[in-house]
Amino acid sequence: MRLPVSPRQIPIAVAGLILAGLIGLGAVRFEHFASFPNLANLLGDYAYVGIASVGATFVILSGGIDLSVGSLVAFTSVLTADLIRHGWHPLAASALCLVLGAAFGRVTGWLVRFFALPAFIVTLAGMFGLRAACFLIAGESVSIEHPFLRWVSSSLELDAGAGVAIPLRSLLLLAVVVVGFILARSTRFGRNVYAVGGNERAAQMMGVPVGATTIWVYTLAGFCSALAGLVFTFYKQAGDPTSAVGLELSVVASVVIGGTLLSGGVGSIPGTLLGVLILGVIRLLIDFEGNLNSAWTSIAIGSLLLGFIGLQKLIGEIGLRSTQTGGSLDRAPPTP
Amino acid sequence: MMVPSPPARRPAALWPALGIALLIIINALFDLLAPGGPGLVGPGAFLHVSLRDGVPAGALIDILNYGATFVILALGMTPVIATRGVDLSVGSIMAISGAVAATMSVGGRPAAESIALAVGIAALCGLWNGVLVSVLRLQPFVATLVLMVAGRGVAQMITDSQITTFHDATLEYIGLGRPSWLPLPFSFILAGALLGVTIVAVRKTALGLLLEAVGGNPEAARLAGVRARLLIVGTYVWCGACAGVAGLIAAANIKAADPFHAGRNLELAAIFAVVVGGTPLTGGRLNLVGAAVGGLLMQCLTTTMYTRNIGADVAPLPQALVILAVCIAGAAPVRAMRAQKAAR
Repeated sequence: MRLPVSPRQIPIAVAGLILAGLIGLGAVRFEHFASFPNLANLLGDYAYVGIASVGATFVILSGGIDLSVGSLVAFTSVLTADLIRHGWHPLAASALCLVLGAAFGRVTGWLVRFFALPAFIVTLAGMFGLRAACFLIAGESVSIEHPFLRWVSSSLELDAGAGVAIPLRSLLLLAVVVVGFILARSTRFGRNVYAVGGNERAAQMMGVPVGATTIWVYTLAGFCSALAGLVFTFYKQAGDPTSAVGLELSVVASVVIGGTLLSGGVGSIPGTLLGVLILGVIRLLIDFEGNLNSAWTSIAIGSLLLGFIGLQKLIGEIGLRSTQTGGSLDRAPPTP
Repeated sequence: MMVPSPPARRPAALWPALGIALLIIINALFDLLAPGGPGLVGPGAFLHVSLRDGVPAGALIDILNYGATFVILALGMTPVIATRGVDLSVGSIMAISGAVAATMSVGGRPAAESIALAVGIAALCGLWNGVLVSVLRLQPFVATLVLMVAGRGVAQMITDSQITTFHDATLEYIGLGRPSWLPLPFSFILAGALLGVTIVAVRKTALGLLLEAVGGNPEAARLAGVRARLLIVGTYVWCGACAGVAGLIAAANIKAADPFHAGRNLELAAIFAVVVGGTPLTGGRLNLVGAAVGGLLMQCLTTTMYTRNIGADVAPLPQALVILAVCIAGAAPVRAMRAQKAAR
């Protein structure tokens, strides 16, 4: 029997079906659920998760993991709010935070590479350390107020007609996805990331700069997390040290649901966007339901993550069998 | 020319013990040198021990009082790390266990039943982790990350997002009780007993050898006939059960189950206690006494923070820096560099 899609595309196809099914479920159960304004809002609400997920996709593609995402988002958020409170211009504060985020990622990558430490322990220390650093800066939520931010949120919107304004952050998410897509698919760096994640030893022997690639991957992830933190801050108009707890699970889940293998070497950036949208729709469904405990969100995300990992394993087994009988599976991305 | 000799097996408990001594000295110096401070043993000093209601009290006693949680968590985590795994969900399992016991107790069930169910459910959580790691072949940090994030939600659902206070003499005894014949709290005796049982189980049977074999080279161990999968599931079940006991102690200490804060930020501390106690993250070796002393070191660090007025929220920052330093000191490239220097 010939399947209409190749085994590698099954998870993406399943994810697409789940997204359609979830939106359908919402449309049947609730009035206005599948309306355009509602779904456009979803993109804006989950923009920060999406931006952080694009960075994390590169890390996971390279065979690593980043558990410090949530804490870095919270740290950026608290630092920005605190700087603005002390009279900084939002643009200056943002620039500093982006530099700090990238620098933090660089140190992480350097520790992983130079000392051959497991990525999870380095980023776990980052997760706890940065969260504590948030409380060092501000013990509680800091709200921000600045004429520049008011101007941005009121004027820089895309009028999509029908009284719907698409906020800047949704466009930023789409821009990050496009840049990430090009970076992963059409640059030397992207190719190196796939090579390192697929087989580090083989990549090394072929002359891929494994060390530099690893360090740049974490730098990129740190930058994306900081950018996500800025989007989050300006969206919530506040910096809260207790925000974005557990974001790392959402990020890993969106990356995996989008078809990226946790073992590295296989995956795509647009898939990650699909994963983020699924998580967003689930969150929206639980919010619409009203009387459901918000803890259900993390339970649903965890179950979905495990479900997709199970699916990947299953396809991996089938793929292995087809390889043994002469079929082949392309592990590398197609050459453009 | 020096003949390279096999490295002498140093007692791994030495490093955490030195760490404890260092922390106590630093604290004593602070007290001694601070202008207007309490002096070396004056009231309020770190080394000051007084009798409160016939019970010894002071920072040093606090370390013994509250150290049991860390020690038990570290005991549970040691076999997991020795077999190349890690469990990030211990904090959330603690919250679940406390929530189960408190909810049962408020529902009028006898203490024995609440305790058994709480520890049983904690062990089931461990089984869940173990199956994900061993059967589904997930990386341990991803498998247990799911329960770390979602488990706290489960605990909140059990207590209906509230802090559930309970009044049950037996349950409270686990955390606050003191036998009349010993000046130590029951929780500390419990931790000591668990340590003893674990050491006997690991060192007087083949279990320790099997665990180190699976951690050292899983494939070789499997080919040699070790049932690695079953063993790995077992380590996670044990880790879950230990986290359950630690959760009972944490709940008993405050006579309430707090699903939001119970066991928060303890995951890294538990891993740190195990690693500083001589069980490397790369597996293959196992040191229970070292882990237990490492647990006490963690409590010493925490108590130091409190006496220096550093809040619980900020405390993980120095912890994270110290664990990174310990990992770097034990990392393969650094060890190779040191060996090179020693050989010259």
